[in-house]
Amino acid sequence: MRFFKTLGTKPWLDPTMVSTAGVALAVDPLAAPRTALRFIMGMVSVLFFLFIITFLSRSQYPDFQALAGQPWQPFSDPSRLWLNTAILALSSLAMHWGLWSARREQVNRAVVGISAAVFFAVAFLVAQLELWRHLQTMGYYVNTNPANSYFYLLTAVHGLHVLGGLMVLANVVFRVWYDGAMARLSGPLTLCTHYWHFLLGVWLLLFALLTSRVETINMLAALCGF
Amino acid sequence: MQHTAIADQIEEDLHEPHSFFTTYIWSQDHKVIAIQYSITAIFVGLVALVLSGLMRLQLGFPDTFDFIDPSAYLQFVTMHGMIMVIYLLTALLLGGFGNYLIPLMIGARDMVFPYLNMLSFWTYLLSVIVLLASFFVPGGPTGAGWTLYPPQAILQGTPGHDWGIILMLASLAIFIVAFTMGGLNYVTTVLQARTHGMTLMRMPLTIWGIFTATVLGLLAFPALLVSAIMMMLDKVIGTSFFMPALVSLGESLDYTGGSPILFQHLFWFFGHPEVYIVALPAFGMVSDVIATHARKNIFGYRMMVWAIVAIGGLSFVVWAHHMYVSGMHPAFGFFFATTTLIIAVPTALKVYNWVLTLWRGNIHLTVPMLFAIGFIFTFTHGGLTGLFLGNVTIDLPLSDTYFVVAHFHMVMGVSPIMVLFAALYHWYPLITGRMLHTGLGKAHFWFTFLGTYAIYLPMHYLGFLGVPRRYFAMGGSDFIPESAQSLNASITFAALIVGLSQLIFIYNLVWSLRRGEPAGHNPWGATSLEWQTPDVPPRHGNWGPELPVVHRWAYDFSVPGAERDFIPQNQPEGKGAEG
Repeated sequence: MRFFKTLGTKPWLDPTMVSTAGVALAVDPLAAPRTALRFIMGMVSVLFFLFIITFLSRSQYPDFQALAGQPWQPFSDPSRLWLNTAILALSSLAMHWGLWSARREQVNRAVVGISAAVFFAVAFLVAQLELWRHLQTMGYYVNTNPANSYFYLLTAVHGLHVLGGLMVLANVVFRVWYDGAMARLSGPLTLCTHYWHFLLGVWLLLFALLTSRVETINMLAALCGF
Repeated sequence: MQHTAIADQIEEDLHEPHSFFTTYIWSQDHKVIAIQYSITAIFVGLVALVLSGLMRLQLGFPDTFDFIDPSAYLQFVTMHGMIMVIYLLTALLLGGFGNYLIPLMIGARDMVFPYLNMLSFWTYLLSVIVLLASFFVPGGPTGAGWTLYPPQAILQGTPGHDWGIILMLASLAIFIVAFTMGGLNYVTTVLQARTHGMTLMRMPLTIWGIFTATVLGLLAFPALLVSAIMMMLDKVIGTSFFMPALVSLGESLDYTGGSPILFQHLFWFFGHPEVYIVALPAFGMVSDVIATHARKNIFGYRMMVWAIVAIGGLSFVVWAHHMYVSGMHPAFGFFFATTTLIIAVPTALKVYNWVLTLWRGNIHLTVPMLFAIGFIFTFTHGGLTGLFLGNVTIDLPLSDTYFVVAHFHMVMGVSPIMVLFAALYHWYPLITGRMLHTGLGKAHFWFTFLGTYAIYLPMHYLGFLGVPRRYFAMGGSDFIPESAQSLNASITFAALIVGLSQLIFIYNLVWSLRRGEPAGHNPWGATSLEWQTPDVPPRHGNWGPELPVVHRWAYDFSVPGAERDFIPQNQPEGKGAEG
């Protein structure tokens, strides 16, 4: 609502007013990265939203075969996916613990938390690659079926975002370390943690979608008007 | 992500570059990056201009030029369209003017993420190189049309169906990465680095236009990225996202029944906001040029802002008006026709406000003002034909004819270009410290303005006759009279003259750099902050030791009782503003 109030002001009246608005960065050095992160998460959401919409639309063509639901389909037993999800969730948890420690200025614990988060994130990527290899040994290649194509595509795009998060995290930790200001770690780490949780949320959504039975997919597609 | 609060630093902390490389090549200064963006965009735009000249030669004088065969013609059409829309207009308006003007107009020292800003330019340059490389690969660039519709874009029979389309898709993906890095900078800088007193509603309309367009870009470009990635996989790995089961050249292909229409939806979900990504910065800049050169406050500032925001929002729900002929449920056609006509309301409101700003203004017919007035004409004409095409029943017979070509060239080709010229003539004195030559500028304006009418007005008639677009040659069609060919030839003459007249502008740019009249401070008597810098052109850090403090909006022109006919935004009450 504040936005609408702002749009309602009449700037030609009261020319004497020197507003305190502006130079937010002087007050809060994290203001800019926080805003940027919000936009990044918005963009990534749009990206996955569009992928998912196309998935639902494509699912209504006759050659589409869901990945789960019948015994011969690759994710009729989704235990591997559950394992990978658990690994990513551990990464998120470790990150949160690291942040919690950083806020209490327990630097050593924070470092342990971040290291564990990185370890589990890398483990998640390796496990996803292993899952790809497993699918291929079962004969499910990228172009075997549109649902398979989407599985490889969506996991790849999600994995790239995890990789991007790892690079930013490395940059953050290196910079804070280099400046010798570990006490100030919690600010930027908050943003990294938000991103970590966000990617976990995206993954859960993808997991649910990709392992849905054909009836569920058809219902979602019908809700979207396909 | 600890970040340097660059907007509020004093100059000593700004790490002013000293070497040639850090000053001009690997620069993190927004002004240098803006110039790098602009020069690259203008260069690649000139390439696209030459391509359009070649196309016109073929259309005006068929069977005359041996080096233009049907494949080459389609490649010229495709590359001309894509370069002009993405690599020239988007890059120049946002990468060029966005970069230059945002920090200066809001009173910041630089963008909030200067390093990312530098990366944005170099990534953009890479995308341009990848795009231009497609001219030199086997098969040449793609000739699929700028919309790159599958299945034909990646099938045999379409020029550049191998390397050309791959490089095009790769280049687009790289461009989107570049735009994202730049775009994050623009929105964050506007939201977080404005100087004291610069409330959102005191920002010049230029910034509102650039800001809203950037938000649109950040939300719309993912759709292009998604379609580019999926088409690339269809091409390279053989997936069937968009590719239907089909027989090509007598051979049954491995594709299993994808949906080409899905691509169209994705493409236009990006493509229509893209029109406004180009138009909104132009709307903003032309508002400021008109107010400054008419010495009058912009009429209806708040409505102008609301219109920009409303157009931005509505631009996401009109995309399927590009797809009426692809076969859609009549209810969808009705919906998209309605939203299309609704978006005309805030757009028309802006046109009225520009005209009402001029009304009883103290109009100075400077070169920027001439281009701004020219824009009002071309945009109104292009917008009115948009109302025709927005209706399903009128669009069906006119679709894929020269009427459409004339419409979109008037509304999003010529009009933003007119604003770009207005903006270049207006801000060149700030960028270089010298004025552009007025006589050459006026010659440039009249050639361009009258010339574009000579090109596009007759094109509407060709469209009415049913002359289809994208055809290499018309052949013997009974419904197209021979006089259509004479009209085509005259259009080609006009196009070549307009194309050549741009050399006047390029010459003026280069000549004035050294020999132009020194501009001094604020030659146009403008109120906005970018003209109030201690140095012209502004130095690194823009503002000297103290950031400016803003006391008023950007349109205090001809205030009764004031000493001068403008009051700069950073001038406190009581200094020259008494009634």
